[in-house]
Amino acid sequence: MADTEFDFSALEKRLNVSRRTFLKFCTGVAASLGLGTEAAYAMAEAVADKKKRPPVIWLHGQECTGPTEALLRSEQPSLEHLILDLISLDYHQTLDAGAGHHVEELKRHAMQENKGKYLLVVEGAIPLAQDGIFCKIGGQTMVDATREAAENAAAIVAYGSCASWGGVQAASPNPTGAVGAPQFLKDKTVVTIPGCPPNPANFIGTVLFFVTYGKLPPIDGKGRPKWAYGRLIHENCYRRPHFDAGRFATEFGDEGHQKGWCLYKLGCKGPETYNNCPSLEFNNVGGGVWPIGVGHPCFGCSEEGTGFNKALFSLSDVKTHTPPNAFPTIDSREDASSATVTTAALAGAAVGAALGASAVAGSKLGKKESEQE
Amino acid sequence: MSEHYEPLQRRVVTVPFVLLGLVALVGLYYLGVRFVNGMGAVTNLNGGFPWGIWVVYDIVVGTALACGGYALAVTVYIFNKGKYHPLMRAALLASLLGYGLGGLGAIIDMGRWWQFYNLFLPWQMNFNSVMLEVGLCVSAYIIVLMIEFSPTVMEKFKAEALQARLNKVLFLVIALGVLLPTMHQSSLGTMLIAMGWKVHPLWQTLHLQPLLAVLTAFTMGFAIVVWEASLSSIGFRRTPETHLLSGLGKIIVGLISVYLLIRFGEIIYRGKLSLAFAGDLGSLMFVIETALFVYPLVVLLSPKGRENGRSLLWAAVSMLLAGSLYRFNAFLITMDPGQGYSYFPSFPEIMVTLGLVAIEIMVFLFVVKTFPVLPRDHQPAADAKSAA
Repeated sequence: MADTEFDFSALEKRLNVSRRTFLKFCTGVAASLGLGTEAAYAMAEAVADKKKRPPVIWLHGQECTGPTEALLRSEQPSLEHLILDLISLDYHQTLDAGAGHHVEELKRHAMQENKGKYLLVVEGAIPLAQDGIFCKIGGQTMVDATREAAENAAAIVAYGSCASWGGVQAASPNPTGAVGAPQFLKDKTVVTIPGCPPNPANFIGTVLFFVTYGKLPPIDGKGRPKWAYGRLIHENCYRRPHFDAGRFATEFGDEGHQKGWCLYKLGCKGPETYNNCPSLEFNNVGGGVWPIGVGHPCFGCSEEGTGFNKALFSLSDVKTHTPPNAFPTIDSREDASSATVTTAALAGAAVGAALGASAVAGSKLGKKESEQE
Repeated sequence: MSEHYEPLQRRVVTVPFVLLGLVALVGLYYLGVRFVNGMGAVTNLNGGFPWGIWVVYDIVVGTALACGGYALAVTVYIFNKGKYHPLMRAALLASLLGYGLGGLGAIIDMGRWWQFYNLFLPWQMNFNSVMLEVGLCVSAYIIVLMIEFSPTVMEKFKAEALQARLNKVLFLVIALGVLLPTMHQSSLGTMLIAMGWKVHPLWQTLHLQPLLAVLTAFTMGFAIVVWEASLSSIGFRRTPETHLLSGLGKIIVGLISVYLLIRFGEIIYRGKLSLAFAGDLGSLMFVIETALFVYPLVVLLSPKGRENGRSLLWAAVSMLLAGSLYRFNAFLITMDPGQGYSYFPSFPEIMVTLGLVAIEIMVFLFVVKTFPVLPRDHQPAADAKSAA
């Protein structure tokens, strides 16, 4: 660590954050990726080094700009500063100040100049039906825009459920033939950050990893970074003990719901949805702010085939251990003394017997030794 | 080696054996009820005390009482004190039984015990869990103890070729047998860190928790060797092994001194000494516990105390009680989970524990009478035929 002394003063000015806040942020990101402090330091240096900032082309397809909105509303100190300074955001339809053909021209210019070096972020689904006429930007269909941008991209990130697997517009009957980026760009590796909206922390963690190490973090079969989507919500949910003990809320506002019991019977899709919501919660507000935390069943927004596909209140398929058919009764045992005369006497007798045996042995041992002498 | 050990050629079924059998039957009956009707039907466990005597006695105290094999292994193989080797097999047997009881205790205390196997599946492991290390380490150590003890069995069945082959790799197993208890005995202390404010301040020593746990386990290991050797020399009417045990007494003195220094140093450094004189349950238990630690220290400090079989035995008993009380105090007696929760074991709960201990003693008696475990008695006592 001694040789990694680094001058953060330029960065402090540039991002308008203190060195301490900045390093804390990097450590937090590294920790949620399961990496150590050295990685945090490497990330901090990568961000501080202006030369390392990758140019980013950010495309919007069929969607509500929810992922971008979620990213902008991150409560982490100066996160929008960081994300705008961490990458060189050359083209972003929601955030660009300019508009029209001028911006489209800039995009082509940026892609030409940074061939093979830029990061492509796809947000929103790509409609394939009728040659993709359902989504056009500047007269160009999303199909063409995506194919063109993907051609020379260093890495492709599908941000949000729409970009990952089609999202709401891909739900049956899917009149526009909407698909996600991985389904469209079959010959490319696409990292997906599903969620509706996705957790900005998962995006920032992935991008920071890319900026620092020049490669994408380990991903699963659906392109999701393993560090964020490796576990079912059900596995880390703090309502899980209630599930195991058979304590379920069966109606909004009933006793179980008020007491914070498991929402499985209200249709919670936590048992079939892979995401890290229980540990990161949402938008860095803290205090249990995420759907299950505030008493609403998870609807599986980040899981293909669950969110927008299954009815909100239908039971989810439990992928891990199913609850037993019958549960033992749970009696309240607060403020009840459990010691009785019998049990106290029995405990005393047990200790007494062990001591008694030792006493007898002790006295015999003494006798034997005095005989020997 | 076979010339050093021999089985006690005596009757297995005796009056004490039958009495122990009765206790075991009652325990097994309630164990059956636990598996048919669940934990709630048998135990007094509650939301504030999910761990009762099945964990605190069978595992936390039980495995510490079973540290004889560990303590002797360190003395014999690390400090190369070969003269204690005659005590080794009996200590290993007691350790194996004690740890077996601990492992069994963990399973019967587990609400959904049928998922126990998940502990051993790497992809199911939670590396942030304090329990994982203890669970894996204890199970590994049970296997190690079995291998360490296996020469005794091979000797009995005259499997000499197998034994010769085992002897070549036994040093590796013995090394593990020293390493593993060091790991999980300290981790048993780590669990108290995780329990935070629920643990009484006099027992909540935070980062010193593992060190105190392993020190007391080690001391209890030596004390149990003294206790067990003294009782078998009386129970089986054999020549006392006091000359060997007094050396262990010296080690116990050193260990207790270090323990008390750290324990009181922490309490004074953090300004908690006044709690020891608060006049409540916590201070009473602390005073009793400290007295039990100090008694063996005082007795064994003088050579006279060490060389007298009776005072040596009493010092060992006091040490065992001290170590057990230290654990009971921290985990149960002074623990306060809040919300008005209290705990005292139920009749069936105590009977299950007693039943398991009875089985443990019965197996010990059976094995020492049929397998070459105890050192050969050079001057057989005259009244051997009427013995236990």
